[in-house]
Amino acid sequence: MAERGARMLVVDDNKVNRLLLARSLEMQGNRVALAENGRVALDMLRRESYDLLLLDIEMPEMNGLQVLEQLKTDLQLRDLPVIVTSAIEGLDNVVRCIELGAEDYLHKPVNPVLLRARIGASLEKKRLRDQQKELVRRFATPEVAQDLDASGFALGGHRVQATAMFSDIRGFTSMAEELSPEETIELLNTYYTLMFDAISGQGGVVNQMVGDGLMAIFGAPLPLADPCGAAARAALDMIEMIALFNREPDRAGKPVIAIGIGIASGAVIAGYTGTQNRATYTCVGDAVNIAARLEAHTKTAGFPILIDEATRSALGERCEVQGLGAVSIKGKAAAVTVFSLHAGQTVRD
Amino acid sequence: MPEPTIDPGTFAELQETAGAEFVAELVDTFLEEAPTLLVELRDARSEADVDRFRRAAHSLKSNSHTFGALALGALARELELTGMDADPARDNARIDALESEYARAAAELKARRRG
Repeated sequence: MAERGARMLVVDDNKVNRLLLARSLEMQGNRVALAENGRVALDMLRRESYDLLLLDIEMPEMNGLQVLEQLKTDLQLRDLPVIVTSAIEGLDNVVRCIELGAEDYLHKPVNPVLLRARIGASLEKKRLRDQQKELVRRFATPEVAQDLDASGFALGGHRVQATAMFSDIRGFTSMAEELSPEETIELLNTYYTLMFDAISGQGGVVNQMVGDGLMAIFGAPLPLADPCGAAARAALDMIEMIALFNREPDRAGKPVIAIGIGIASGAVIAGYTGTQNRATYTCVGDAVNIAARLEAHTKTAGFPILIDEATRSALGERCEVQGLGAVSIKGKAAAVTVFSLHAGQTVRD
Repeated sequence: MPEPTIDPGTFAELQETAGAEFVAELVDTFLEEAPTLLVELRDARSEADVDRFRRAAHSLKSNSHTFGALALGALARELELTGMDADPARDNARIDALESEYARAAAELKARRRG
């Protein structure tokens, strides 16, 4: 099993909590180190390597939220999976942790069975993320900055034909109010896993995740023969996966999720932005802007997948689309012709 | 219905999952740490330090729930969530109640750790 012998750091200002959590983790075959506040923990993380961080929120000197903020800006540590364990009450705290990049949230006293399951899931997700990073090597690694330096490939980027996609969960905020903190995190985690699978399965790259929304690019940095077709297939897969995912909550009378997807294609400037030491792969251009607006427009249109004219013409006769006429969108002088790509079909080669 | 001083089910489950011997040590740690937290709470009150006050109450709540000290947990939770009162006398009365309940919980935990 992947989690056997994993090296964990437990951070908690309370000795009873620290000892008990360490005991649970050791009984599950992990190696455990302890820290009594955020500052000590960060020092330890910078000196030695750990597979997972279990982090308390309420602590003197440096609290858990401050640790999350620091980790986020640290190139070496920002991929370290963090599970927050806290007895703090209120959904806003949980949401804040997730926004700051925590993988999961467990309420104290921590149930050992739940703890084992979440650790397994976190380590597995880290493995998948590492794989995806391998696929897109250039994603924010120090080697890339060096590579860019050596090749003289400017941070400014270059012009490529690509397809941009935006997706988010409809009415997520009101849904989160109905769910327990644990259920909300569980839901977001499952959602992201499914969407990543669908997108990377078609050769796309997720380059932004904000709350319940994400942005993906098809055709950059890795060229694709048919970026429009790949994006359309990924979108149809995403809708299908969500439908499958909804079956169980639907049967149990729990809230189900609906997503909206916007897709647009064209020439975009793709490249690294940032500094030589810390760069992210980004895409800017009209198509990106239009995809974002189309995604927002799915609400009004009442169709889950909207595409622009350029994407539609590249798809040609390979799938069924319905014209929805011209729509004026923010930031564009001319109206944009919008098409709905109906769910439940396949895109032919 | 008042909360029990120690919920037998929670305590038994803790012993089962973490081992009775370990729980005996954990009780000792709690009995060492809790008085410091109570002092911390009093000090924070007299210095009107709201963060320290909340943190100490939060820690006591969290530990109480671990051992099934439900009545103690409820009192600590009340202090954590309502925070410091404008009237110090009212807070001191609340801390008095917390201390008495701690004495009961500590006695029962000592008895149970042996059993």
